[in-house]
Amino acid sequence: MKNEDLQNIINGFGTDLEFSTEASEFLNVIVPKEQLHSVCSQLKSNPDLKFNYAFCITGMDWGKELGVIYHLESTELKHQLVVKVMTDDRENPTLDSVHDIWQTADFHELEVYDFFGIKFNNHPKLRRLFLTPDWDGFPLRKDYVDEANMIVK
Amino acid sequence: MGVEKKRFLNQLEAEGLKQVVPDSFPGKVIPGGNGGNIVVTTLDSVINWGRANSLWPLYFGTSCCAIEMMQTGAPKHDFSRFGFEVARPSARQADLIIIAGTIVNKMGPVLRRLYDQMAEPKYVIAMGACAISGGPFYYNSYSVIKGADHVIPVDVYVPGCPPRPEALLEGMIMLQEKIKTENMTKKVNPIDGFDEGK
Repeated sequence: MKNEDLQNIINGFGTDLEFSTEASEFLNVIVPKEQLHSVCSQLKSNPDLKFNYAFCITGMDWGKELGVIYHLESTELKHQLVVKVMTDDRENPTLDSVHDIWQTADFHELEVYDFFGIKFNNHPKLRRLFLTPDWDGFPLRKDYVDEANMIVK
Repeated sequence: MGVEKKRFLNQLEAEGLKQVVPDSFPGKVIPGGNGGNIVVTTLDSVINWGRANSLWPLYFGTSCCAIEMMQTGAPKHDFSRFGFEVARPSARQADLIIIAGTIVNKMGPVLRRLYDQMAEPKYVIAMGACAISGGPFYYNSYSVIKGADHVIPVDVYVPGCPPRPEALLEGMIMLQEKIKTENMTKKVNPIDGFDEGK
């Protein structure tokens, strides 16, 4: 399915969705964080879309906002989509978990929590995955400071 | 091959050269086995000959240098020509550990434990920029140890990113030459005092 057709279908899933194909081979859609879960469940259940595979879930620090980028694919209909969601709250960033839609999101969200400190509502067990349980801070944030190991630029 | 091999003190003194190792040199230059009596030195030379020509390496390939290390063992370069015949996956059976790759903070205790499990005498080759100093890419990171010599004492450093198999062979042959200059009566275990910063 072409990006324009995808956009026409997805546009009805929520309000204030922003679409873009700039500098990307995929259609990008920025979803307000309150609507993330409902939009994602519709992306999977809609018979014309059938996004049944989340092949990459990435945490991101844009400097001001923190957020998550979901790369989705339909293995049956062979089309892809990028969903972005972001939050301004750097102290206590919280987003909805999508692990009940795509089960692979469970561990991807653990990784995002580990390195960016984004908490996920309804996640079964949010904990440190790669780093030690007593680790202080979130090392992939832009403002992370580690004077012992990193050269401050 | 472009490498100055005349780096051992006994070789230099035999040629009448002095003070070629500057005081600022960070490593330790191993003095040769001169000064012992004839029985011990003969015994030394026999033992060292055996040790140097039958080094069993333990593979510790944590990143791309491991590919070059495998190539060094493959038929074209074939380090078994020099006695590194039997590559071991077990620390208990190995004499030499080749650190081929980045060491991260989580891997540090594992590396130290493997080293402690090896039977003495044991030797270490740090292969590639990551094992020497943290590497050209990842040094400015919260997770990377800036050189394997922060964890265990290293005998030979092989620079490169990654070094070619010829360079690793050169390093291994250098290690053999170092072993051939060892002296039983003066030998010190490199791990003694290592944690205190010796």
